[in-house]
Amino acid sequence: MSEPAAQLAPPLLATEGLCFMRGEEPVFGPMSFSLKPGEVLMIEGANGSGKTSLLRVLAGLLEASAGSVSHGSDDRSGPGWQVYLGHNGGMKADLSASENLRFATRLTGLRKGTSIASSLKSAGLEGFEDTPLRFLSAGQRKRAALAGVLLAPAALWLLDEPYANLDQNGQILVDRLLETHSSRGGAALITSHGLIRPAVTRLSRIPMACNHA
Amino acid sequence: MRNGSAGTAFWGLLARDGMGLWRRRGELLSPLIFALIVATLFPLALGPESTRLSSVAGGVCWVIVLLAGQLSLDALFRSDAEDGSLDAMLVSGQPLYLLALAKILLHWLSTGLPLLLVAPVIALALGMPPSGVATLIFALLLGTPQLSVIGACAAALTASLRRSGILLALIVLPLAVPVLIFGAGAVEAVLVGGQASQALLLLAAGAVLSLAFGPLVCASAMRMSAS
Repeated sequence: MSEPAAQLAPPLLATEGLCFMRGEEPVFGPMSFSLKPGEVLMIEGANGSGKTSLLRVLAGLLEASAGSVSHGSDDRSGPGWQVYLGHNGGMKADLSASENLRFATRLTGLRKGTSIASSLKSAGLEGFEDTPLRFLSAGQRKRAALAGVLLAPAALWLLDEPYANLDQNGQILVDRLLETHSSRGGAALITSHGLIRPAVTRLSRIPMACNHA
Repeated sequence: MRNGSAGTAFWGLLARDGMGLWRRRGELLSPLIFALIVATLFPLALGPESTRLSSVAGGVCWVIVLLAGQLSLDALFRSDAEDGSLDAMLVSGQPLYLLALAKILLHWLSTGLPLLLVAPVIALALGMPPSGVATLIFALLLGTPQLSVIGACAAALTASLRRSGILLALIVLPLAVPVLIFGAGAVEAVLVGGQASQALLLLAAGAVLSLAFGPLVCASAMRMSAS
């Protein structure tokens, strides 16, 4: 760490030549990128291009076939240092949004200055706090999951298709969440199939790559 | 406890899944109803002679508990794998050992414990003498947690399959044979006038071992199911 600039902002997440294969079949890679505090990185790719696999590798759910993922200097031994939102949300359909979020905060901790009620309110779910999720629409369930992201104390967000299923207001909500998160020094990696144009200041985009031997 | 500690994660998972079970509490009854139905089939099939029934009562109770316990296993991890909450648990950075232990405890509380309470009733109805019933309760107390451990490991392993069906039973039942042998053996020993202590000690040793190492196995099965 000789350069002062690098010392000021070590990346929260960096990959080097990351590849993933399912059996003999290459899924993505090699991909090299880094994500510094305050940045939002959008991974673009068609359906089936391996965006979800990439996020699962980064979250530690899948093992990379080659290459490396590093997490800067952040303490990543404790719980709740990163948040992963898959496309099925990770919530129980039999339970209400606030019950699901109570479990989420017990699992990963609670960000200072937030509460379950306030996060549900800012996700636009006021009045639906106690309705079991099975009675909510796909978009409302997505909003409940986003409220969970808001509650987590994590600096690194890994969000798989955060804009999917959401109406226009919902997409503006995601923009606002990402903007707030990056302005307080967090970083987010999101995926998209390419049509989404997030209104976020420090946004960069990279395409999915699949050209390894 | 501070939110996000290992303790809150453990109790939080237990509370969340317990609440989910309570919302679908009809399902909680199915192992018990199954156990009672099977128990009533034996007098019909073997005839009502009390000596014949009481001589097989111990083994019958154990087999019923073992099979009835299978009914609720499939649900233990399946919905977690489908709705992504298994991913959330793995990514959370919490000790998976504790989360697996919470799942095992949940299965025991929701299935093992109710069966433990019903089994003495079945045993008495089949004409088992009270000394045998006392041993049966004690043996089940040591044996049912092991069945929950074995079952939870197999359920975690098969959670990502679309349908586990018979596969789950094929994994669990052979592994449960020692529990069955020593559990039924303890009851049998008392009924023929011998000592149950040897079988019960072996059961206790198995309970200690499986509760210590079972959650480790279950945790790595959870990890495999997510990848």
